[in-house]
Amino acid sequence: MGQAGSTTPRDELAALGAWIETTPDAELRRRQQSAEATFRQLGITFAVYGESDASERIIPFDIVPRIFLADEWERLSVGLVQRVEAINAFLHDIYGERRILAEGVLPPDLIFGNPQFRPEIAGIRPPHDIWAHICGIDLVRTGPDDFFVLEDNARTPSGVSYMLENREAMLRLCPELFRDFHVAAVDSYPDRLLETMKSVAPVGVAAPVCVVLTPGHYNSAYYEHSFLADSMGIELVEAADLVVDDDVVWMRTIAGRVKVDVIYRRIDDDYLDPLVFRPDSMLGVPGLIAAYAAGNVALLNAPGNGIADDKAIYSYMPEIVKFYSGGDAKLPNVETWRCREPQALKYVLERLPELVVKLVDGSGGYGMLVGPTATKAEIESFRAALIAEPHRYIAQPTLALSTVPTLAAAGLAPRHVDFRPFVLTGSKGVQVVPGGLTRVALKEGSLVVNSSQGGGTKDSFVLMDNGAGAQPSHPLQSQTQSQEQVS
Amino acid sequence: MRLAIDHRTTYRFTNPQARLTQLLRLTPEDTHDQSVAGWNLHVDCDARLRYGRDGFGNRTTMLYVEGPLDSIEIHVSGEVLTNRSHGIVHGGHEPLPPELFLRETALTKPNAEIISFSSAISETDPVARLHALNLAVHRRFALCRGRPVAGRTAIEAFAEGKVSARDLAQVFVTAARTLGVPARYVSGYSPSCIEIGDGRPAPHGWAEAHVAGLGWVAFDPCTGLCADEAYARVAVALDSAGAAPVAGSRLGEGDEVLDVDLHVDRAAGQ
Repeated sequence: MGQAGSTTPRDELAALGAWIETTPDAELRRRQQSAEATFRQLGITFAVYGESDASERIIPFDIVPRIFLADEWERLSVGLVQRVEAINAFLHDIYGERRILAEGVLPPDLIFGNPQFRPEIAGIRPPHDIWAHICGIDLVRTGPDDFFVLEDNARTPSGVSYMLENREAMLRLCPELFRDFHVAAVDSYPDRLLETMKSVAPVGVAAPVCVVLTPGHYNSAYYEHSFLADSMGIELVEAADLVVDDDVVWMRTIAGRVKVDVIYRRIDDDYLDPLVFRPDSMLGVPGLIAAYAAGNVALLNAPGNGIADDKAIYSYMPEIVKFYSGGDAKLPNVETWRCREPQALKYVLERLPELVVKLVDGSGGYGMLVGPTATKAEIESFRAALIAEPHRYIAQPTLALSTVPTLAAAGLAPRHVDFRPFVLTGSKGVQVVPGGLTRVALKEGSLVVNSSQGGGTKDSFVLMDNGAGAQPSHPLQSQTQSQEQVS
Repeated sequence: MRLAIDHRTTYRFTNPQARLTQLLRLTPEDTHDQSVAGWNLHVDCDARLRYGRDGFGNRTTMLYVEGPLDSIEIHVSGEVLTNRSHGIVHGGHEPLPPELFLRETALTKPNAEIISFSSAISETDPVARLHALNLAVHRRFALCRGRPVAGRTAIEAFAEGKVSARDLAQVFVTAARTLGVPARYVSGYSPSCIEIGDGRPAPHGWAEAHVAGLGWVAFDPCTGLCADEAYARVAVALDSAGAAPVAGSRLGEGDEVLDVDLHVDRAAGQ
């Protein structure tokens, strides 16, 4: 809960301190193991790319929740809504009029030379003009009121199942915390998502049929796909279950064909329709883009969204937000050097050991240099790569990320975290789900929170008050109760 | 010039197909120098057709057929009237700016050989440079008789001695981009290529390069000349796959045998 390096808890969170103090370490550990056992049983696993054994792993879970006060959350929400509205406006513009280029706000080659700008879908208007229905905006904190956006995820952000399952586990294992804190519920997420899906159905469809389209069970996020379909009460389909005829999408069912109006697709653009994107795709639905272009189906999120969350575009987000909202971005960016610019490249090459360098088209912590913890050899190999292809890289300062108490091998210890809240946009507006995915770098001192690089997750409590009055009246008693409940 | 086009594409399947979904780019469009005077698209089975445009502005037809299907013939025919325009394209439907056509694709990625080939062009005037490049591509390869090799990249084509019209156009596009010139692949019809080759008919492919002040200029490395009034343009894209006359997907076992019958006849007068 503190700033970088600080281990003193904030006053408002005294109740959490009391809970940690009065709950024996062994008990916390036992609960953590119980949660992880459940996750393993449910199959909430992921595969690490590039490992030869490629075994399925669970993402480690930390039992100590991270807490946001109501005031903090309010400020964050306002910034998130502004950002996501700007992302939608940007996508609408860049695949349409391109006003932002005409007015010289962005260099055109940044868009037209970017593989994430998809000429194949230029000119298509999605139903209700909404592009980024589900956004996961990655935030970091460096001070009490200093949140920065690290990354916008406007394609098919994953992780929401962790938000829901982590909460489920906390409710079961630490019910006393929900009495001590007035925590906003997240379990309405599937309802909100379904409502969002229905709201963007093509105009005139009275009772839209919605489905989740998955690439299949080999995908690392398959659990999430099935979990979401299941909790929304809609069909989970693969490409072979869908057929496009006469520019209309149909689902094959045992009772015959059913017309499909809204598809939450968890397949990347490249694989969505072999007639338009990669012809070798076996995961896609031939004709899907034609049905979409004809306005007969809504795709969440819209194809082509990668141009909004590309790391090269990221550095221009403050200008993009200002251009569409008319005001300054309420959530700032992390300072970013665009290595495509010679001055910036020079600066970056001089300071590699201090900086974080990222591939503009990389993700999951791959293709990334964390200067302060890198070896000399790693730094030199990045130096060579930067000189060879500067346009592929951006660099950022190594941030003094906030830490939160985390159960480490040697007891509670501060660990660095980031945060991914989920923002839904439907035809009735933008909403921020009061919660999110806190990712924690479990290695001491590490700043890399990606699950593929040894990161874990923890529950994120959004309080409905500011913590005042949330002191536990009988901390010992509540602890005893919880032990009875879980033993 | 009046170009009379009659183009039949037939797919025969070794096993009956349960479904066929195709994206056709077989409909030319008017520009200042090209008027489509009647155009028909006919399919020999019970197909549902839907008309639209792709992101490059090309006219498209989605074709949906339910099986069992042993074969399908797609027949387009019509007349296109063209004016002499010295290869310059006026009044085309251009939803995307020239800058976009600087990007490489899987089929139009250059290698060191292509880069050194294009950088050997010494002309500095933009138009002269493109003419020189067109001629250099034309002279470097022999035109292959027969159908283009599916999915062949510019790099692969560059390593061959004898290539198809499609390969030549794609090499030109790739090489022009290495010179910083926006360039794109064009599919369409021309009697010239049929006359040069062995007469085996196929839709033609050439290239357009963008010159500031002039706009898009059409070059045909098959002839080493600019595309003249004996060319009817149908579709443009970043590479040959993006402008393909037929992109299809079928549900069913077995193989397909493709047969093309094409007549492009020049008729005098306007």
